[in-house]
Amino acid sequence: MENKNALTGEEIFTGKLRSLFTSYGYKQYKMSKFEEYSLYGGNMDFLVSDSVITFTDTDGKLMALKPDVTLSIVKNDDDDLRTVRKVSYTENVYRVSKGTGSFKEIMQCGAECIGDVDVQTVGEALTMASKALALTGWRYALEVSHLGFVRKAIEEATDDPILREKIAKCVGEKNVHGIDELCRGRVDKEAAKRIESLASVSGKIGVAAKKLREIGLDGEEEEYLAELESALSSLAGAGLEEAAVDLSATADPNYYNGVVFKGFVEGVPESVLSGGQYDRLMTKMGRRSRAVGFAVYVDALERILENTKEYDFDVMLVYGGAVSAEELSRKTEELRAKGLSVYACRTPSDKVKCRERVEI
Amino acid sequence: MERFLNVALPKGRLGEKIYDLFERAGYGCPSIKEESRRLVFENGERGVRYFWVKPSDVAIYVERGAADVGVAGKDILLEYRPDVYELADLKMGKCRMAVAAPKGFRDDGSTTLRVATKFSRIAKDFYSSRGRDIDVIHLNGSIEIAPILGLSDVIVDIVETGTTLRENDLEVVEEILPISARLISNKASFRFMTDKIGALTNALKDLTEGEK
Repeated sequence: MENKNALTGEEIFTGKLRSLFTSYGYKQYKMSKFEEYSLYGGNMDFLVSDSVITFTDTDGKLMALKPDVTLSIVKNDDDDLRTVRKVSYTENVYRVSKGTGSFKEIMQCGAECIGDVDVQTVGEALTMASKALALTGWRYALEVSHLGFVRKAIEEATDDPILREKIAKCVGEKNVHGIDELCRGRVDKEAAKRIESLASVSGKIGVAAKKLREIGLDGEEEEYLAELESALSSLAGAGLEEAAVDLSATADPNYYNGVVFKGFVEGVPESVLSGGQYDRLMTKMGRRSRAVGFAVYVDALERILENTKEYDFDVMLVYGGAVSAEELSRKTEELRAKGLSVYACRTPSDKVKCRERVEI
Repeated sequence: MERFLNVALPKGRLGEKIYDLFERAGYGCPSIKEESRRLVFENGERGVRYFWVKPSDVAIYVERGAADVGVAGKDILLEYRPDVYELADLKMGKCRMAVAAPKGFRDDGSTTLRVATKFSRIAKDFYSSRGRDIDVIHLNGSIEIAPILGLSDVIVDIVETGTTLRENDLEVVEEILPISARLISNKASFRFMTDKIGALTNALKDLTEGEK
């Protein structure tokens, strides 16, 4: 009989995520722990941290312990534009932890769709992301943005790449006074105002669309809005809660484009899910396919998924010297058959806590 | 019932002035002014809970979600780069981050410049943006003494009135950036308490907007 105690909260959650991904037709993808370092060397900015654990393989090649899964999936994709490949993964990646500054093994679960990705597929990714958050059992929020609006406004405002980057950083921090300071005297007032207004657009899609139309949209921006609206309509189709639009949400424009999203769960101070369309990464890697995907940071959820257990095991089975091995074995099996976990010992240990004690 | 909005305030004179601003914005908590050793104060009606922490720790409390919002100096935000939203410039606690050196000091650029500072990151960023090679000497206090004893050529520090500098025969050579107190918010809290944090931000902005 299965014993519920044996699985950690994290394992149960990853199991649920896997079956969620499978139910949407995403195939489990298993890969090697190593990858040639050159794959990351050219795409350092795509990685969350720019340090990678490297070693030299027996044939002299410089290898790396995977800091990321997406790049490997893209590398192994056949770039077939006629169809889509839907894959999911549960892998350990190796990254520098912000707190300690040293390397850490991090469990990551995610789903990626590559190929002829259309707005329906982006909507499907959003739906899966929302359901993944719901699986935690806690109150959650999905924040969705379209990178086109703010990127275009910044590009039209200035040609200076350093200033563009600084403005984008302020947008991501919701730092309106910072944008103001940066733009003063260097960017046309109207253009600066437009960046600020776009970055402040947030709320349900209906509210956001109204605000955007008040700001005024050109043809290209109308398309962005249409993309955003139709991706979000998938959530309604799946009977899910409306997501919050927040155009200040940013992602590296060298890799991401279009619809991007982040997920939060109450009780966890940082985002636990992140994803979006990354056609630009595909182009950078010489692919013609489009792509969308997201990852769930299972390690960030650890605190809310694990319950402190009151007991290590159900029964402490203490046996005296006269009890034979056969007798002990019979008693153990009898208890186990009831679905109980058994800790058999001759002398009780104070390091192990059991719900009840049985002496034979 | 919606949960309390946890606010981390910096201990000290500036923190008290900031609390006054929150009070004027309609987020008062009368018990905070009573003499006591308590560290946490609540106003159930407005749903806010204040606590005092070391000024340089505010950003940590907010980034880690123990506080939903807090007030921290721009110097701290630039030095530690916490992953938080910077919602408003409260225009209080104004000072400057500056480079100071003994009177008459001239940097001809021929040697590595030795810089003593509490703000290593800010100093590195500032000098690397102009391609100047420097040696950072990280100190935790009494920075002004470093050039006097020949430990460094210049210092990078916060300058308020300039009195300490003058008394030690130092002068500001260059200003790096102006500093003031900023309202910051945890990113996840902002998602779950958007209206509450938005209302607080607007109320504080209304009070500070006119100030220059």
